[in-house]
Amino acid sequence: MQGSIDNKNQSIQISGTAESVAVAHGHEEHPDLRIFGLFMFLVAESALFIGLFVAYLTFRAVAPVWPPEGTPKLELLLPGINTVILISSSLVIHQADSAIKKNDVAGLRKWFGITALMGVVFLCGQVYEYMHLEFGLRTNLFASTFYVLTGFHGLHVLVGVMLMLAVLWRSIKSADHYSSTSHFGVEAAEIYWHFVDVIWIILFILLYLL
Amino acid sequence: MTANISLPPVAEQSSPSHGHGERRWQDYFTFNTDHKVIGIQYMVMSFFFYLVGGLLAEGIRTELATPDPDLVDPALYNSMFTMHATIMIFLWIVPAGTGAFANYLIPLMIGARDMAFPKLNAVAFWMLPPAGVMLIGSFYFGTAQAGWTSYPPLSLTTGKVGEAIWIFSLLLGGTSSILGGINFMTTILKMRVPSMGMMQMPLFCWAMIATSALILIATPILAGALILLSFDLLAGTAFFNPTGGGHPVVYQHMFWFYSHPAVYIMVLPFFGIISEVIPIHSRKPIFGYGAIAYSSLAISFLGLIVWAHHMFTSGTPAWLRMFFMITTMIIAVPTGIKVFGWLATMWGGKISLNSPMLFAMGFLSTFVVGGISGVMLAAVPFDIHVHDTYFVVAHLHYVLFGGSVFGIFTGIYHWYPKAIGRMYSEFWGRVHFVMTFVGFNVTFLPMHILGLQGMPRRIAMYAPEFQTLNQVCTWGSYLLAVSTVPFLVNALWCWFKGEKAPDNPWNALTFEWMTSSPPEIENFEVLPVLTTGPYDYGVEEEEHLATIAS
Repeated sequence: MQGSIDNKNQSIQISGTAESVAVAHGHEEHPDLRIFGLFMFLVAESALFIGLFVAYLTFRAVAPVWPPEGTPKLELLLPGINTVILISSSLVIHQADSAIKKNDVAGLRKWFGITALMGVVFLCGQVYEYMHLEFGLRTNLFASTFYVLTGFHGLHVLVGVMLMLAVLWRSIKSADHYSSTSHFGVEAAEIYWHFVDVIWIILFILLYLL
Repeated sequence: MTANISLPPVAEQSSPSHGHGERRWQDYFTFNTDHKVIGIQYMVMSFFFYLVGGLLAEGIRTELATPDPDLVDPALYNSMFTMHATIMIFLWIVPAGTGAFANYLIPLMIGARDMAFPKLNAVAFWMLPPAGVMLIGSFYFGTAQAGWTSYPPLSLTTGKVGEAIWIFSLLLGGTSSILGGINFMTTILKMRVPSMGMMQMPLFCWAMIATSALILIATPILAGALILLSFDLLAGTAFFNPTGGGHPVVYQHMFWFYSHPAVYIMVLPFFGIISEVIPIHSRKPIFGYGAIAYSSLAISFLGLIVWAHHMFTSGTPAWLRMFFMITTMIIAVPTGIKVFGWLATMWGGKISLNSPMLFAMGFLSTFVVGGISGVMLAAVPFDIHVHDTYFVVAHLHYVLFGGSVFGIFTGIYHWYPKAIGRMYSEFWGRVHFVMTFVGFNVTFLPMHILGLQGMPRRIAMYAPEFQTLNQVCTWGSYLLAVSTVPFLVNALWCWFKGEKAPDNPWNALTFEWMTSSPPEIENFEVLPVLTTGPYDYGVEEEEHLATIAS
């Protein structure tokens, strides 16, 4: 009896140490797996966007005239400003990451707040553009792809803004929620935001410039 | 008594709601994050849908017993074959392979206590029952009728509600699949016990890396196609509708960019299962571990560049046909490497002809037939000749039934003692195998001839000269239906009344056999340490040590 208990205690000791080495359940001390998982998710997201881009390029390639005749020219000024806002927001959100790595929670809040605001401005700009465009969803193939692609990207911007607001809310609720050693939420939101940014650049080139 | 007090704090943290207590039956009906519970949830759910899809298949075969549409009207027939394929693919084979087996086995095989993201895992599972219920429920509103391929413009003209439900169910199923792929990839790459390198992994894990890569890269393209299709269907756009300037062929490309890799998503996990089962029941090391592991990756890569062989008759230009014909034929090479590896493993082994091994051998023989008719179909002239005939139906069932379903049964019998903790009845397992094997071949072998004679698929009526062979198929399908009875009785009876299974009934070497049957809640009391390769059967001890040292 005594022997078996000893045995069990010993085995538990082994399993305890082995677990901390080999097994992670997404606890705070193992943010690396979650980042890896996020990258896997972004692989799938990229595939989705690439699929839509290639579909767009195919439509474009097989059409005799592109955009189809009668499509009004796209205004470049507003989406250009929007692009600048979105690209610079990627630099702003990186400040937040640097701040939290120095345990500066106030800095994190400030930079995340600014980035979220920039995201909202981008979305408002896009809605404004939609309202003033001279073509609708069903006008022609170009119009349909334009709305679906930008709309789908806009949805991702919205998700990014919501992620940032969630991080903000958490850091305001308890000041020590994020620290220099534990800030998966911050990193995840930042990586996602960079991803959304890259997608926009491709989208902007495809739809507006080409 | 002291043992209770000294539970490790780490273990308590990772499953706060259950601790190390017994698994309760209620857990299987709730949002549970244990990978073993989720694995069994996937298996039981997908088997239920197998029965539903099978019922539809029996309806189809009964209708085809006579040339006239006398059992159901042609519209309902269209619904039936559409739903048969959709349910069998998205709710039976994909969830059984990538859901049930992968979830249950991966953490056990690599010595982890759970998947990397247990909650995400449960979310992925619970997306599927609603998808299935919606699909079945859509019979009430008039289901989708355009086949599981759902080509526009046909799919845009055959009933909005059913088609919309179909699209939404598939999007749910696809999302579930992607979440699963993220989990498998992360778990296999990042959570192996420290002593296990990539080349010491069980081959099932290699197969799941290849499968997960396909899921992550290809499934989103289907989602893209379905999103555009739903805009066409519901918002009146014309992405794929030629009357509004759209291009239906773009849909076909997007659809097959997913759906051909999906064939490998549906068969690679079973390649993995066969690679586990054959060495164990032949008592020999696997022949060509590296070749089998890398050929999975090769299949995965090649699988992404063969899709347009489904579209040889869709106006695909000649040079593109050439390209896809060649890539398609090349994919037979890595597949052949595996088949020869398995045969060489069996060669001269001490083969025990128990149920898992019988099904594994059934898998080999039928899958090879399907693979070879696949190479035939890759040849453009032949493909154009038999396009949309029963030859294609025969081919795909040899791959998906002869391959995947035989693989599922192989896995179920092999790991039944581990998962349930009781032995199944060997006698009834063999009866099940004989009935399935005979029933399968009687059902699908004659379809090759029907196809070569020119019988078109997906039509409720046919020319009277095809009737004799069709009746053979129909009788075969009835035998196939009856064959599930001994399986179900065996599986359910032994679940409660079977003989208690030892921890390692097959004397196997992989980690899942080194814990109790069924495994405890966090899998291992002590995390196992790798002391042998996964397939070192019949190898002397000194050789073992030499392998480990190297």
